[in-house]
Amino acid sequence: MAAITSNVEVEVRRPRRSVVVGVLLVVWVAAYFVLRGIDTLVLGGQDTTALHRWLTGHRDDVGQGNVFFDAIRAVVDQFVVLLQDAISQPSFDRPVPVIGWLGVIAIAAYCAWAFGNWKVAVLTAAGLGFVGLQGLWQESMDTLALTIAAVLLSLLVAIPLGIWAGLSNRAFKVATLVLDLMQTLPTFVYLAPLTLFFAIGPAAATIATLIYAAPPAVRLTAHAIRSVPAESVEAARSLGSTGGQTLLKVLLPMSRSTVVVGINQTIMAALSMVTVAALIDAPGLGQTVLKALQTLDVGVAFNAGLAIVVLAIVLDRVTTAAGDRPWRTASLKRKVLLGAGAVAVLVAIWFSRTYVWAAEFPSGVNVGSRIAVVTTDLTNWVQDVFGGFTYGVRDVVTNALLNPLEGLLTGSPWWLVSVVVVALAFVLGGWRGAVPAAVCLGLLVATGVWHDSMVTLASTLLATVVVVAVGLTLGVWAGRNRRVDTWIRPVLDAGQTMPPFVYLVPFLALFGTSRFTAIAAAVVFAVPVTTKIVADGIKAVPVATVEAANSVGSSSWQVISKVQLPVARRAITLAVNQGLIYVLSMVVVGGLVGAGALGYDVAAGFAQSELYGKGLAAGLAIVLLGVMLDRVTQAAARRTHNYEGDKR
Amino acid sequence: MKKLRYAGVLTAVALAVAGCGGQKVGADKPAAGGKECGSFNLTVSPWVGYEANAAVVSYVATKDLGCKVTKKNLAEQVAWQGFATGEVDVNLENWGHEDLKKKYIDTDKVAVEAGSTGVKGVIGWYVPPWMAAKYPDITDWKNLNKYAALFKTSESGGKGQLLDGDPSYVTNDEALVKNLSLNYKVVQSGSETALIQAFRDAEKNKKPLLAYFYEPQWFFNEVKLVKINLPAYKPGCDAIPAKVACDYPPYDLDKIVSKKFADSGSPAYDLVKNFKWTNEDQNTVARMIAVDKLTPDQAAEKWVDANQSKVNAWLGK
Repeated sequence: MAAITSNVEVEVRRPRRSVVVGVLLVVWVAAYFVLRGIDTLVLGGQDTTALHRWLTGHRDDVGQGNVFFDAIRAVVDQFVVLLQDAISQPSFDRPVPVIGWLGVIAIAAYCAWAFGNWKVAVLTAAGLGFVGLQGLWQESMDTLALTIAAVLLSLLVAIPLGIWAGLSNRAFKVATLVLDLMQTLPTFVYLAPLTLFFAIGPAAATIATLIYAAPPAVRLTAHAIRSVPAESVEAARSLGSTGGQTLLKVLLPMSRSTVVVGINQTIMAALSMVTVAALIDAPGLGQTVLKALQTLDVGVAFNAGLAIVVLAIVLDRVTTAAGDRPWRTASLKRKVLLGAGAVAVLVAIWFSRTYVWAAEFPSGVNVGSRIAVVTTDLTNWVQDVFGGFTYGVRDVVTNALLNPLEGLLTGSPWWLVSVVVVALAFVLGGWRGAVPAAVCLGLLVATGVWHDSMVTLASTLLATVVVVAVGLTLGVWAGRNRRVDTWIRPVLDAGQTMPPFVYLVPFLALFGTSRFTAIAAAVVFAVPVTTKIVADGIKAVPVATVEAANSVGSSSWQVISKVQLPVARRAITLAVNQGLIYVLSMVVVGGLVGAGALGYDVAAGFAQSELYGKGLAAGLAIVLLGVMLDRVTQAAARRTHNYEGDKR
Repeated sequence: MKKLRYAGVLTAVALAVAGCGGQKVGADKPAAGGKECGSFNLTVSPWVGYEANAAVVSYVATKDLGCKVTKKNLAEQVAWQGFATGEVDVNLENWGHEDLKKKYIDTDKVAVEAGSTGVKGVIGWYVPPWMAAKYPDITDWKNLNKYAALFKTSESGGKGQLLDGDPSYVTNDEALVKNLSLNYKVVQSGSETALIQAFRDAEKNKKPLLAYFYEPQWFFNEVKLVKINLPAYKPGCDAIPAKVACDYPPYDLDKIVSKKFADSGSPAYDLVKNFKWTNEDQNTVARMIAVDKLTPDQAAEKWVDANQSKVNAWLGK
């Protein structure tokens, strides 16, 4: 009986909400036709507000010459240079690094074997060998040196912070807020201020990478500590363990595998920063990508991008294997083998220090140039065949969907948009949605880039809808079919780590410079994460539940729509949320291919000193949009859960 | 699994045997350079023309003076910060930037001018050659409104589209459109890459395009773009940014070096100071890098071999 009434209640409630939303939208459109053009707060490309000029004027108040920042810069610089001397750059009066390619591969494979298993050791050796064959050994080692430096420094900060956030509820709340901010803030925004503090060069690049890469490690460490069963902690306490002992002997060992996942995510994030960091003189593969783009050389850019992907796959598999390896002491046989391996590694290092062939990667076989040629031919072919068609698609989508949506958002008075959005947030998410929305909208007006924000919002919404549609379809498919999952995963990995700069050129050729090009690039970037989360959510649906549905004769579509999607709802909410954040984080890159608006403002602020303040304000506006959309979707999701969760 | 380990051991042994006969590291150590030059940091701005300058100067400095040159790929305005910190010693191609000169040269005294590069810079509005052939009068700005409908795109909101470039470029285009009463909208393409791609496509598929562009540029060797004549530039006509209604001024591109480098007495400073060539020279080297895909060093070597007399003049020989 109770079940029936709850169903009735849900069915009565739901339409009411959607009706209210519909009425609101109709009223908005009606009001738009009456009020359009009033109070739209348009600001020209080179125009600035008093706030922007104030920010520009105060850029030098802190920064270079400060002893504190100089000390940090010197230390980080030395650390990176030390790693470069070891594996990538000629050093100590020798024409080659301390350890040549043979030594590096031997060390890497040995570590992979010792911490993981022999399979990843083979993969590591093959992956690094392939990078060398691409003709990118030195660049890859520069990238690896920078990544290692950034990841180690990240962990130095992130693990203690994560532990703290894991133990204290208050720290956890503050940390979540700051981490959200760090992950939505476009990297371009802090590149410019960072160069003020740390000048240009490896130090600033490492610190920028650190800021971008640390959050996952903090989050997952905190999460791991919090999910250690309370009984284990109490058992330790009752045996008289001190706080420190509990942490070291119980909490950390038990959360080890999750912490390793966090480290893995940090490494991935650091690698995806290499092209952006190249803008402030980070050494390595990023430089190759940016250089190739200046000459529109898609082939070379792809070759370097591929090297980044290969590095990512190697590091990902090694850390994953290290996380999976059971926590036990090695058997005697393994110890002997490990010892023998260590000797072999030393021999390899000695070779790479002594002989030229083992120190400099042989340049005889060059797979790289062949990859570049094939890629260039392929892109040209695609452009020639589909060029006209893609322009048609662009124009249809832009005129039918994007322009009306953008017109509604930018043409309505700012106060009308604000009232409607806050009302929508209230209907969908209650006060938890409405209050943050109101605050964010108010601050958006204050940044002085309201009009550009609305242009960006229109593109973001459209891109997110596409991302969710594609991500759901692929995710459900992969979640239900193991073979599809195995095939799709490397492609998703590549989509996440391949620098967006690489596929911008072919996209420019296909769609010209337009907002649509930016939307397409954002979709490619955001679909992988959405798909992965949905697939994991679908896979986590208990087999018994699915079997039960199958046994009563449900069709596949019924199983998906009535069982798997509703049960995986939490994962899907997260997928939508992450898709949104990923789309937003591509806004600046979009500004480089004709999307204009906030992305362009940020890039202009980085490049032109008189627009510095406006760029900062635009970066802030992107964060505000992110926080607003994030809070509203989360509040809406929570409310939906509560309706069903409470009453069941 | 066991087999695999044996294979590993065997490979190691094979490598050891093969390797012992190889050449040893340091065996072919090059002799140290003649004069005392030391090392300097050279910024490389994001366009190929600049890279051509950098390639030739660093090739000559390394080969003839025995210097160690460190190249730093940096955005033009970001690089200026490097003069203060020692990250950057030499900028080989500066486009105006009176505000930065004032700050870093006059106020902070961390940089000094090192004379012209001999290269003339031009900024303006361009159309692809097929358009200039089909509509001969389009090159006069007064006729632009007549053709506005041609340039309409999905981005220009019913007006003609004027495509602009990288956010770091000097531009008056919004003011120009307004003050010349043109029925156009400035659309930001966001990068040099996007501009070139757009022109390439426009010429190949006979699409209309009006865009901001500049010389010297290797791309002119591929597609000979045609410049639109805006109202002629007179000194001072661009004094107030919001009221500009004239063409961009001609630029005499110059070199900036750090104060420390200028005072160091290094022969490399004399080289940078004497370095001077022409638009054609620069385009030749840029084209070798961008189109023929030579490495900067190869391109520089080729050009230097063909122009030894110019190089000798820089070296004071």
